[in-house]
Amino acid sequence: MENTTVQMVALFLQTSVQMGTPILFATLGAILGEKVGHLNLGVEGMMLMGAVIGFQVGFSSGDPALTLLAAGSAGALGALIYAFVTVTLRANQIVTGLALTIFGTGFSSFVGQKLAAETLSDSLVKSFAPMEIPILKDIPILGKMFFSQSLYVWLAFILAFVVYFFIKCTRYGLNLRVVGENPAAADASGVHVDLYKYISILLGGAMCGIGGAYTSVVFIGRWQEEITAGVGWIAVALVIFATWHPLKAIFGAYFFGMLRTIGFKIQNLSIPFFGNSFIIPTQLLDMIPYLMTIIVLVIITLRKKRENQPPGWLGNPYFREDR
Amino acid sequence: MAYIELKNICKRFGDVQANDSMNLFINKGEIHALLGENGSGKSTLVNMLSGIYSPDSGQIFVNGEEVVFASPEEAIKRGIGMVHQHFKLAEVLTAKENIITGVKGSPFINHKKLTEQIYNIGKKYGLIINPDKKVYNMSVSEKQTVEILKVLYRGADVLILDEPTAVLTPQEIKNFFEILRNMKNEGCAIIIITHKLNEVMEISDKVTVLRKGKTINTVITKESNFQELTEMMVGRPISLAIERTQIPETDKKPLLEIKNLTVAGTDKLNALDKVSFALTTGEILGVAGIAGSGQKELCESIAGLCHAISGNILFKGEDIVGLNPRTIIRKGISMSFIPEDRLGMGLVGAMDIVDNMLLKSYQNKKGIFIDRKEGKDIAESIIEKFDINTPSVYHQVKKLSGGNIQKVLLGREINLQPQLLITAYPVRGLDIGASYNIYDALNEEKQKGVGILFIGEDLDVLLELSDRIMVLSHGKVMGIMNAADTNKEEIGMLMLGQDIAKGVAVC
Repeated sequence: MENTTVQMVALFLQTSVQMGTPILFATLGAILGEKVGHLNLGVEGMMLMGAVIGFQVGFSSGDPALTLLAAGSAGALGALIYAFVTVTLRANQIVTGLALTIFGTGFSSFVGQKLAAETLSDSLVKSFAPMEIPILKDIPILGKMFFSQSLYVWLAFILAFVVYFFIKCTRYGLNLRVVGENPAAADASGVHVDLYKYISILLGGAMCGIGGAYTSVVFIGRWQEEITAGVGWIAVALVIFATWHPLKAIFGAYFFGMLRTIGFKIQNLSIPFFGNSFIIPTQLLDMIPYLMTIIVLVIITLRKKRENQPPGWLGNPYFREDR
Repeated sequence: MAYIELKNICKRFGDVQANDSMNLFINKGEIHALLGENGSGKSTLVNMLSGIYSPDSGQIFVNGEEVVFASPEEAIKRGIGMVHQHFKLAEVLTAKENIITGVKGSPFINHKKLTEQIYNIGKKYGLIINPDKKVYNMSVSEKQTVEILKVLYRGADVLILDEPTAVLTPQEIKNFFEILRNMKNEGCAIIIITHKLNEVMEISDKVTVLRKGKTINTVITKESNFQELTEMMVGRPISLAIERTQIPETDKKPLLEIKNLTVAGTDKLNALDKVSFALTTGEILGVAGIAGSGQKELCESIAGLCHAISGNILFKGEDIVGLNPRTIIRKGISMSFIPEDRLGMGLVGAMDIVDNMLLKSYQNKKGIFIDRKEGKDIAESIIEKFDINTPSVYHQVKKLSGGNIQKVLLGREINLQPQLLITAYPVRGLDIGASYNIYDALNEEKQKGVGILFIGEDLDVLLELSDRIMVLSHGKVMGIMNAADTNKEEIGMLMLGQDIAKGVAVC
């Protein structure tokens, strides 16, 4: 009996990590954008573009590397539109981001029209199937949670450390942070502000695209409309939750992955309540992650530490002082 | 031959000839002051030397070799660095991180070596700083030190400093000048832009005076004097004395009394902490203090824009705490607050002068339609009285020059014939001529019996213009002195929060 409980918990956590993986990719992508001062509400759109293109290429080629590359490129393409409009043309970031999400949603529905009934080749499914690491997989709970996962899941995890290390420890990361904090300071110090912005936003877009493709190619394995189901919006909020810190984003993403899993697991569960039994409506459960997002935002806003504040120039365009 | 030579430099912005065939020669081991009023072309000239602008015509030589700078980076490669008036630092990062931003090198930063390098440069010139301190925790003078280190770290030996003392207290200026002298002795060339004459006399070896885009003359500081430099700068003889008109004590009546006023701040400290003082009619009370010591909150709480936690504000014996701003204006209290960006409070930039007048004058009228005639009359009278330079009364305010914007704001407030005039930084960024216009206007109001709360930056002016001076530090009143009985050093100490009698910091 005890054994089954442990197994259930392990399975629950394993699914939570999987559910959290697309959130993690998207959050890292959004952090990269915001670190250079660009709030991109197009995360959901870029994820959907990556999801549909990743699925299409995965379906046609059956090649895992090509699938990732295509998904990343699709996300980066969405980000390129955003970057051109907000960095070069200095348009409003909020409006542009929302437009990108609407565009990405429409784009994915259009491209995905013929993909709805298709399944992926066995070899592709296999290459993204959970890999069990000998010995480590036998650790109770943690074994299932971390050491019997797809390469794709590890990629997100490792990426968080790479992004952290890049931002925190390298010269380029420092320049990137200064661009987001005070572009005038960066400019005066000889940093190419626009170049840093473009690279950072495009890399961020690629991560969002790859995150989207995880959902379509690996987690669900089929195409359906609006497959990311609002994960992009959770990611936008998670950036604040993680206080723009890639490592904290890991915890945040898996935590929200857990909330989404709870939603899935108990949706058809009947709960005894004073002699009657209730079935919790799915719609109510779907609200949980977003409700949590709001609660988390309120809590975060109460903490007033300077390091936890958004990058100084977030949301503002930069004009070099001209007369 | 001088180390740096600028010859026949011309630069035009649209219709304005900012630099008209300017010449400037700088030697190593020399502190060279650029003196000039607003719009004389000082900043434009040095911006060309530091690679931000490129000249339309003319030549720049460094060490006898002609150079063309396309960016600040190229200028710094030739050893020319600029410290801007408004600091360009990322607040949330450390000094070290700010210093190394944009420097090329291996992808990974060797923190230990970097700290050592910064320490060594600092030791050479007396620039003391904690490399790991976050910029937002720094005082203004520390931030300036970081800016200077940033330039020196890149190997600059020609430093351009744009109005470096504008934000420092007298003590900090003294230290700062010491550092400049160290740099000079180490062989650096220093160009310092300022319009404060006493500083020019104190620190510089040579002065180049600019006026209306032309270099008037370069003189050796020791061989010149205040009067000569002013005349060169303004183009005509000008009296530098501010008259302190004396009002007989018997004519003074109590006007404003503030008792234990406390206002909450953004962090845990109170922005104003038990502030008490009194102001009579026909008196100018100067308020001195480092920026952010509670001046803004003081102005705003009297004007009803900011709410006090406790304390009283008695205007002619009546407590006005909690009244709304409009009621307070009707009682005869006017405020002109000139923030750093000048437009932030009081005027609407996108509206013309007439409409900005109407913003306040409409209130006394009945009916739902506005009377534009009145606004136009007021605008015209202010333009005449304050000599505002504008194409017409229908000119957008934000398109005027900074000095003219300030005159519009102050003019409107004075036109309301207030009994109490609160004015904060009215001469911020103004040149000598325009500043004296404003001082005269304030004195005129004082003679009419208006009580004036004058929040200022320049201690020399505060000492000359005010009857009494109140010093604020961290929201506390450090002391209220008769202007005639005190001096800059005493005020400076109080501004830093040091109690003179005890000789120790109180906060």
